[in-house]
Parts: sequence; C-alpha cells; structure tokens
Amino acid sequence: MTTSTVRVSRAEYCVIACAEAWRDNGEVLASPMGLIPSVGARLARRTFSPDLLLTDGEAMLVGLDGEPEGWLPYRQHLAMVTGGRRHVMMGASQIDRFGNQNISCIGDWKQPARQLLGVRGAPVNTLNNPVSYWVPKHSTRVFVPKVDLISGVGYDSAAAAGPSATRYHRIPRVVSDLGVFDFATPDHSMRVVSLHPGVTVDQVREATAFDLSGLDEPAYTRAPTPEELRLIREVIDPDDLRDREVRP
Amino acid sequence: MTPEDVVARLRSGMTIGIGGWGSRRKPMALVRALLRSPVTDLTVISYGGPDVGLLAAAGRIRKLVAPFATLDSIPLEPHFRAARQAGAFELMEVDEAMFMWGLHAAANRLPFLPVRAGIGSDVMRVNPALRTVTSPYEDGETFVAMPALRMDAALVHLNRADRLGNGQYLGPDPYFDDLFCEAADSAYVSCERIVDGFGATVPQSLLVKRYAVTGVVESPNGAHFTSCVPDYGRDEPFQKLYASTPWPEFAERFLSGPDEKSYQSAVQSWHEEQK
Repeated sequence: MTTSTVRVSRAEYCVIACAEAWRDNGEVLASPMGLIPSVGARLARRTFSPDLLLTDGEAMLVGLDGEPEGWLPYRQHLAMVTGGRRHVMMGASQIDRFGNQNISCIGDWKQPARQLLGVRGAPVNTLNNPVSYWVPKHSTRVFVPKVDLISGVGYDSAAAAGPSATRYHRIPRVVSDLGVFDFATPDHSMRVVSLHPGVTVDQVREATAFDLSGLDEPAYTRAPTPEELRLIREVIDPDDLRDREVRP
Repeated sequence: MTPEDVVARLRSGMTIGIGGWGSRRKPMALVRALLRSPVTDLTVISYGGPDVGLLAAAGRIRKLVAPFATLDSIPLEPHFRAARQAGAFELMEVDEAMFMWGLHAAANRLPFLPVRAGIGSDVMRVNPALRTVTSPYEDGETFVAMPALRMDAALVHLNRADRLGNGQYLGPDPYFDDLFCEAADSAYVSCERIVDGFGATVPQSLLVKRYAVTGVVESPNGAHFTSCVPDYGRDEPFQKLYASTPWPEFAERFLSGPDEKSYQSAVQSWHEEQK
C-alpha cells in the first residue's frame, strides 16, 4: 500500500465530504450545485450509492456515461422536490447557526446593497426534501449570526412556522473548504462534524461569526480510498477543475 | 402577425407574462418590439432572464413577479441587479414552485392553490399580502395560499407553430409556456417557423393549443440571444457582450433600429467583427 505517501488535496477532502452526504440515500435524485458537490455526487454514485439519480443539469436524467435514462423537465423536477425523493446540495451566500440560508440579496430587501439570485427554489427545497449546503470559501461573511433574507429555511424558522414546515424539513450537512458541519444538537444549532486535515480549530473559529459546538475535540474528514482517488483524478475530474473551486 | 402587431395590442399598465426560463427560449423578438414601443408601467411575470433585464434597463417595469433573474451561464442578471439596487421597481419575490402553482391556479381559474413552500422563509415577510390556508382534513396542516398569477397577456416563443396557434417545442424542456398561455386573457406565440400542420410529429411535443392563443408571429432567431434548442443554442459571446456593455451603448447599437430585422443584422455584423 502506498496510500500513506499520496498527498490528498483540500479539494479532494471536500469531494469526499460532499459525496458522503449522499451515502445511504437510496434511489433519490442527487442535485449538486457547484463543481465539487457535482464531483462528489458522481463519486457517490460510482461507489457506495449506485442507485442515485443524476441529471445533465437540464431536462435529462443521465447515467454515468452521460447517456439519458429518463426525462425530468423543470415542471416534473419541481414535483419531484415536493415528493421528497431528492437530496439537493445548494450554495449559500449566507448561512446562520440554525441553518437559515440566503441566496437572494444582501442588505435591505426593499433596496438591496447587492442583489443576488433571488430565492429561487430554496423555500420549496428546504420544506420538502433534504437540503445540504456547500460553501467553497468559509468566512464570517458567509457564516453570519443572522442572514439578511431567509431563502432556505433553518431549524428555528421551520419550528416557528409550525408542523407543516417541520414535517419534511432536514439539513443533513454543511460542507465548506474547512470542514463538515451538521445540526445534530439538542437545539439544532450548528456543530462541527469533522475538520479537513490541515485545518485548525482556530481557523474555523475565526472564520465563523457565531459559536459552533464540537470544536473542543474535532474529528477529521476521512481520506479517500485509493480507488476513490483514482476515480476523482482520472475519471470524474481529470482536468482538476476542483482546484479552481478550492485551492489545493 | 408581426412583433409590432402584437405590441400594438398591449397597453401601458398591463400585466404581462413572459415564457421560457432564465436565458432559455425567451420570446426576445417580442420583448425587443416592446422596447421599440411606448408601452410601459408593466407588471411582469417571469422566470426571469434577459427579458427582465432588458425591460428593467429600459425602465418599463412597475412591478416584477419572479423567483429569480439569471442569465444561466452568467448567474447574475446585471440590469435586473442594477434596477433592484436602485429600488427601480416593486418586487413580488416568490419561490420557483410557488410561481408554478400561481400559474396553475390562474390556468384553472382558481383564486389560489396550496403549496408547502414559503412558510418559514422570508418570502412571507417581504410579501405581507400572502395568506396561508389550513387543510380541512384531519392533518390540519397549514400551507401558503399561492394566489393565481392571472395576466392580461402572455408572450412565449416556440420552435414551430401553425397559423391557428398550435405550438410545438422541439427541445428537451417545455418550460411553462402552455401554462402562461392558459393563464392569460390573450397570448401571443412567436416561433422559429410557421408550418402547415404537424403531420407525423411526436404528439407530446404539441405543447400549446390554439384555443389559448390569440396570435402567431414567425420570427426566426426570435429567441436570440437565449437558447432555442434544437434550432440553436445560446449565443454566449453575445450574451457576454450584453452583460458587460453599458446599457446606453448596447441599446444604441442593437436596439435603436426600426424593427427586428435591423436587430438581427446588427448582431450579425458584430459577430463578423469578432472573426
């Protein structure tokens, strides 16, 4: 075995952390937004989650070779969301301690300082199917005490809105370039699941504008297996596009 | 009809639905005709793309109903963005699925449809007029009562249509163009080519029915610079130009001509300069 001498890049730990989001999900649509989540979803499908469905980013469900296996235009995609057989990993311009996410705008909604995408499908996603998040640059600008506009619904907001908001609401994980986080605490506040090797506790603390639990004795994100590394480097992302999203 | 004929039937202050999605199969020739007309003060209902950007840059929008505005390959629509940051129009910002149910409600002549999206999010805060509805059955669940997105006129672009208003899409996604037509008091279909019937075509591609269509315009390349597959893909270099050129300069060069033909030839000469 030569694995111990192989250097694993930060982007590759991120790929593994994203792929793990879809472990044991069964026959659901994996909807990755962003390059590294996309590599992660394909890795999961090629290895431990072979039943996942993937799209071409438009209207077709595709196999690993890119060949269509089914049709999923936007109107059916939106129905699939409400049916719950989907796990999306969205981006987040802001995310707070209870998982509220913002992709709409920065500042006052009436006349924003920076208009972003709009809420898009974040409200329907978060109330209907598992939603994880991917943040390629972990900073206090993203991990904020309070988001400017709640696009994706967090645990406290869902609870305040009542049972029909909480019924199918779940945020399995947040993956950033520094580590993996979840909300498996009594009050559903964010906690550290693992740091990527090379990341320090202080680094995460300084880049997060709220208190995180689990920082005392953090675990580390697992290394990819030799086969996973081969798939990432030679099959799924041979042009190293992942290094553009997260510096090696 | 010509794009001018369509726009002659529109009035300032109307609620106009625009089909397509983002920078995909937008009825751009009809939007350009709107820009050449004095019609303004519009309420626009759209899965927003450069249709929204162009109308916003020209100051024609009083109120926008949308879940987003994007150029797809360029995530942020620059003119929509600038207009929002200037507080230039009123916005009803709703979720993508809420928007779809608003179209369904309008097409079905219902005042609202219940949807499990919106509650818990700031969509409720920024739209104080939105109401919820409680299930009368044992579950007793609460949903958003998404109001019907009824419109005075809908504008859509399809690959083919006949003169009666039957419309066909040939790409991978119908988007929501049939719903836009059914949700509107009058609907105008522009198309790449008018055909004399559809012969042995795949029946599922016949998206839009003539009972829901008021007028048909033959407008080749009429979705430019958005995509209209399989007839053509998005004109990425031109979209980049649109997104990076100051509005007065862009409008002067491409939108100041008397008709759609002058736009298409201005685009052609620009492409030739790039070679």
